[in-house]
Amino acid sequence: MKISMVVNGRSVAGDVEGRTLLVDFLRQDLHLTGTHVGCDTSQCGACTVHVDGLQVKACSMFAVEADGAEVATIEGVAAADGTLSAIQQAFQDHHGLQCGFCTPGMVMAAASLLKENPRPSEAEVRHHLEGNICRCTGYHNIVKAIMAASGQEMPALAAE
Amino acid sequence: MPKDSGIGASSKRREDVRFLTGTGNYTDDINIYGQLHVHFLRADVAHAKLNGVDTAAAAAMPGVHRIFTGADFEAVGGLPCGWLITDRHGAPMQEPRHPVLAQGKIRHVGEPICAVVADTLAQARDAAEAIVLDYDTLPAVIDMKEAVKADAPKVHDDLTGNLCYDWGFVEDNRQAVDDAIKGAAHVTTLELVNNRLVANPMEPRVAVGEYNRADDMHTLHTTSQNPHVIRLLMGAFVLGIPEHKLRVVAPDVGGGFGTKIFHYAEEAFCTFAAKALNRPVKWTSTRSEAFMSDAHGRDHVTKIELALDKDNNFVAVRTETYANMGAYLSTFASCTPTWLHGTLMAGNYKTPHIYVNVKAVFTNTVPVDAYRGAGRPEATFQLERVIDMAARELGVDPIALRRQNFITTFPYATPVAVEYDTGDYHATMDKLIDIADFAGFDARRKASEATGKLRGLGVNCYIEACGIAPSNLVGQLGARAGLYDAATVRVNATGSISVMVGAHSHGQGHETSFPQVISEMIGIPEDQIDIVHGDTSKIPFGMGTYGSRSLAVCGSAMVRAAEKVINKAKKIAAHLMEASEGDIELKDGRFSVAGTDKSVAWGDVTLAAYVPHNYPLTDIEPGLEETAFYDPANFTYPSGAYACEVELDPETGHVKIERFSAADDFGNIINPMIVSGQVHGGIAQGIGQAMLEGCVYDSDGQLLSASYMDYAMPRAEDVPFYTVDHSCQTPCTHNPLGVKGCGEAGAIGSPPSLVNAVLDAINSGGGKKVAHINMPLTPSRVWAAMQ
Repeated sequence: MKISMVVNGRSVAGDVEGRTLLVDFLRQDLHLTGTHVGCDTSQCGACTVHVDGLQVKACSMFAVEADGAEVATIEGVAAADGTLSAIQQAFQDHHGLQCGFCTPGMVMAAASLLKENPRPSEAEVRHHLEGNICRCTGYHNIVKAIMAASGQEMPALAAE
Repeated sequence: MPKDSGIGASSKRREDVRFLTGTGNYTDDINIYGQLHVHFLRADVAHAKLNGVDTAAAAAMPGVHRIFTGADFEAVGGLPCGWLITDRHGAPMQEPRHPVLAQGKIRHVGEPICAVVADTLAQARDAAEAIVLDYDTLPAVIDMKEAVKADAPKVHDDLTGNLCYDWGFVEDNRQAVDDAIKGAAHVTTLELVNNRLVANPMEPRVAVGEYNRADDMHTLHTTSQNPHVIRLLMGAFVLGIPEHKLRVVAPDVGGGFGTKIFHYAEEAFCTFAAKALNRPVKWTSTRSEAFMSDAHGRDHVTKIELALDKDNNFVAVRTETYANMGAYLSTFASCTPTWLHGTLMAGNYKTPHIYVNVKAVFTNTVPVDAYRGAGRPEATFQLERVIDMAARELGVDPIALRRQNFITTFPYATPVAVEYDTGDYHATMDKLIDIADFAGFDARRKASEATGKLRGLGVNCYIEACGIAPSNLVGQLGARAGLYDAATVRVNATGSISVMVGAHSHGQGHETSFPQVISEMIGIPEDQIDIVHGDTSKIPFGMGTYGSRSLAVCGSAMVRAAEKVINKAKKIAAHLMEASEGDIELKDGRFSVAGTDKSVAWGDVTLAAYVPHNYPLTDIEPGLEETAFYDPANFTYPSGAYACEVELDPETGHVKIERFSAADDFGNIINPMIVSGQVHGGIAQGIGQAMLEGCVYDSDGQLLSASYMDYAMPRAEDVPFYTVDHSCQTPCTHNPLGVKGCGEAGAIGSPPSLVNAVLDAINSGGGKKVAHINMPLTPSRVWAAMQ
């Protein structure tokens, strides 16, 4: 099936099978390998992207379903000159990543949260991340980074 | 004032930029022109006689190039085990053959039987469904104690029963321990389970095999923690490929936690098939496959006895542990419950008599091997649980009981064959009491009780052996590999530096912390130093990363190589300044002559080494590059004290973690930010084990927890912010950096304090007396225990 969409502001087209997942189209056809596959049950969130502005797991959607959509992936988050977005920079500043595999999904999830709720509480940040698994950081620094990206003071318990 | 570069600085991680922008290079991101895809048909029963495989229909399906079966691998070796254990009676362990693809028998769910190689993965999967297996199901054995009974089904027909080994440690202590327990004033006995876990790095395993006929060169791209070890094991023991014809590359690896240490069938398969088909062959694990094919962790059933005298001094510890090996011996499976577990049974305490018995058992389950902490969490859990239980039985304060028995003089030789070089267990406990705000606990407990909840506070200590070494000792203990590491410091003509290290980074931040050390030594900025790792064609040799060994062992090799570089550079500087070599000092990237104003910059010296127009060629070779291998004299011994505070809803059994605090002694710290991050991650994995995670097999050997729908991983809402502190520092005495290792501490230290806290909460209210609950402490288990 022939499909076309706008990915990170660029028009792209492809010829896919009906069963091709959006994440596989992004990774294999468009070579946008920043979106990762960490599971096969839509539980881990490593494949999180935005489709028409909404947070979506790219493994739970067929590529044909995104025909005509606007898709944003991790490759489109930093500025064209490479300057990191405020969220990306907060992840680096607060050591919100270790192996980096879940990180693109975490950044996309965080961007979606802060768009909806610019000053989330710690509990709201943790709740929003219910669909994203990180195995390295213990979430401590991810939550810190997202709260920092929203310009808020850190809770005392997050000091270290 | 915190430093902003060098040793002790929280330098921001340079690797983050590529991970944050989606430009990392993980193994599944690698696609090679002409590559084929493999799908493994895996066993869906735990135990069966495999009569035959009919691949004819599948082989004719679209895109299929070839279907491999066990018969294709009869002429190659089995997957080797890296450690030979000798049992109590001096006999070697039983070591079954571990074929790449099943031969004649299926021994666990998930065992690969056939491999379909096709143009696309979808075609390979479709074809696999058309393969017809002819097998007769056999009774499976899952429970370890059942497996060692005389009439149990045998996992391996050619072995004598299912007992891999019966190990006694230290066997000569056995009688003295028995006598001490008989004569003790009090003995606390605890039977417990250390639940079977799956490591679950977020990146599933991947293998891409390549072969070049022109030069007979094999390349394997793989998600590994130690590429040289994979090259050695696969080349020498499985496929018979000379090392110089085999390159193993592990690029960005998305977490390991132990499960990517081992050599797996899929790596051997893709390397073998690439040559057989003369095409690159790629395999990417699905998560469900990972649950059935990554080595699992833990899985001990233990009885521990702690004997005390009338003054509550520990007099003896005796344990009997059944350790599950699964159906085959994974690479380091045999070593984990023995040398990484038995040697830590002294914990932080001066117990004079200790005896450890480990029975390793084959069952029809996925092979079990090292997972974060590997043996040390198992030792710590039983010891720290039985101490808490003893304190409750004796009616004494659990912290006071621990303090009374702490080791306080160093070096300290334990009764279980290791010597702790440094530590200060009172200092970490003091720090813990401060950071966890024990003083405010009673008020918080009252506040909880006012709302109908129960609050508990649990503590534990831990010690671990890191930086696994030295080679001559581990060789005596059965290791089939050396445990040193290597580094090359290559100085470029303009003064920038590439350091080739044997350690492998899969989240630990080596690309940032290793340059901090070199920057400190030479005085040039960190950004002029790069780390090269993860490719056998680029680094001198390497034993990889596990057991918190990267800085202690490989970092020490790097320091030794850098010292050689500096010594040579001083000779060149002395020549350039017409001074005596003994008078040359290096500081902040400049060489100077002591007591004079003569100096020359680092870059001028390095340029002279490579542009030797005015150079003492008769005395010094051109170039500036040195290699060192470092084999440490001992393990390192990080230690610490952990506290968990929970609130328990007695109506539902739901436990909420209110506070988690960790006071660790890691010796010297290179990058405090990275160290804290390592502790955070370890604690979350320990919380996972204590509260949520666990493999579930049914009695037929079916793995019921084979996806994230069924295996509960800790998520952001399951954990609190942690309070961690590593200001208590007793530097290691036998490596040049004084470092001890921090990667596993959190996973070792956190489960006992959590379980101790829940039991404290339960026993605090309504006169309940619950001695123990096995992990994971799900609401239903906690609620049931309270009824």
